[in-house]
Amino acid sequence: MALDASRIREDFPTLNRLVNGHPLVYLDSAATSLKPRAVIDALRNFYENENSAVHRGTHLLSAEATENFESAREKVAAFVGAAAEEIVWTANTTAAINLIAYSISNASLGRGGRETERFRISPGDEIVVTEMEHHSNLVPWQELCARTGAKLRFIPFDSRGELQLEIAQSLIGERTRILAFSQVSNVLGTISPVTELAKLAHGVGALVVLDAAQSVTQLPVNFAQLGVDFAAFSGHKLFGPTGVGVLYGRKELLDVLPPFLTGGSMIAEVTLDGSSYLPSPARFEAGTPPVAEAIALATAVDYLSNLGMAAVAEHEAALAQRLVAGLVEIPGVEVLGPEPDRARAGLASFTVEGVHPHDVAQYLDNCGIAIRSGHHCAQPLHRKLGIAASSRASLSIFSTEAEVESLLDALAGVRKYFKV
Amino acid sequence: MAVSDFDGLYQELLIEHSKQRHGFGLQPNASAEVHSLNRSCGDEVTLRLHFDDGQVKAVSWEGRGCAISQASASILSDIVKGLPAEECRACIGQFRSMLQNRSPDSEPPEDLGDAVALKGVALYPPRIKCAMLAWVALEDALDKVEA
Repeated sequence: MALDASRIREDFPTLNRLVNGHPLVYLDSAATSLKPRAVIDALRNFYENENSAVHRGTHLLSAEATENFESAREKVAAFVGAAAEEIVWTANTTAAINLIAYSISNASLGRGGRETERFRISPGDEIVVTEMEHHSNLVPWQELCARTGAKLRFIPFDSRGELQLEIAQSLIGERTRILAFSQVSNVLGTISPVTELAKLAHGVGALVVLDAAQSVTQLPVNFAQLGVDFAAFSGHKLFGPTGVGVLYGRKELLDVLPPFLTGGSMIAEVTLDGSSYLPSPARFEAGTPPVAEAIALATAVDYLSNLGMAAVAEHEAALAQRLVAGLVEIPGVEVLGPEPDRARAGLASFTVEGVHPHDVAQYLDNCGIAIRSGHHCAQPLHRKLGIAASSRASLSIFSTEAEVESLLDALAGVRKYFKV
Repeated sequence: MAVSDFDGLYQELLIEHSKQRHGFGLQPNASAEVHSLNRSCGDEVTLRLHFDDGQVKAVSWEGRGCAISQASASILSDIVKGLPAEECRACIGQFRSMLQNRSPDSEPPEDLGDAVALKGVALYPPRIKCAMLAWVALEDALDKVEA
């Protein structure tokens, strides 16, 4: 069933705001989503009624908080086709990817004994990423290479902003230990062929790490079916609070991977001479976890499940096509990534000839339209395209065709205003 | 009709300067050269200070960026020409203060010439860095020649 965006809009209090005298047109959901009232209420409810430490204490509040916290894990797991014990709470996508990279790094130092041999990276090994990655799925791998002596290699994208699979085939070989890529590019809107890439990697015994930050928000995603080993996403882009994110890992891998952050909550037994650790996921959750945030994220996931992710995907894809078709009609506007009519997630980045992206964003802000301008944490991608920055409009479940039209109308006036 | 905050930001004069950039093109025989980068957006300016006898003879520059950063560099190269180092530093200081003053009734400093066209930036804090880009570069260049 198609989404009823006008009904959905009533659930988002922020949409009642006026911006510079105009109703807010929020086209920056790829940066962070607005929050439905249910999520804001869940946070408030936790702090007002349940606030307590989890996994310790015998009093009622602690028992309730623990139950709600673990039930949140089950809900989020089910949302992405995982088992609850395959879900590790992190701070965000970046923290999740760093967790993997540093755990593998620790395995490479011999931590975890013989069981972790399969994770070890040595000089001469290769890690493969793509040229379109967000810095959070690039820099941690650069660092892992620097620590282990491995070499980082890159799958290029073509003029349509699509990954070049024939080159991927030749890049991914016997030396490849890890393949890391994003399911949806945060700049180009390209949707990667996850299962094909995962097959290539598994064919040579490499681990597959998926950056799902931009995909879980708008596509039905099932990590088990996609066949990835690890995946990461953020709560705040998924209609949840900041400060909570998820690392997904296949159970058999998480169970042997050595920990990254250590300390409280992740230990089985501690003596002055050394410590043993809990099984996953607890082993990877040192310190007080984001309890209220995880519970509120589960509320967000419930909210999306009620809408149906297939309907969400259809809504965003249709609006994205309208957006791109309109953008390419405006003189001086050039769209990055897939051409009109080719598959694209719910966002479009573009340049306006003669006007800097920050000036474009400022002009639109004056019309009440919120977009992002800059390098979108993807400098290598922009450098390859020969630009320093771009403007990006990104859609959400509450976005309407009228909002897309108001963006297009406003953009049509930008070059005149700046006397281009 | 009162000028809106937005039109106060992108004043006519500012847009003109962003198109006709004064001082653009690096000149030879510089006393100091500074490269300045706005990490949040990738805007950059390379500025050369031509300095002699305690005076700013000229400022030449190249760079790319938004209308505000480009216009600001253009205006800077106009107004500091011929200033003794001390006055040039005072001018940079006044410019910085102007951008940090959000009070609507404040009178812009008289010595800033066309740079008062950038007063509207004060109401848009994320853009102050754009406006300051070339000015900070000049400040660094002065430090170099006076070191």
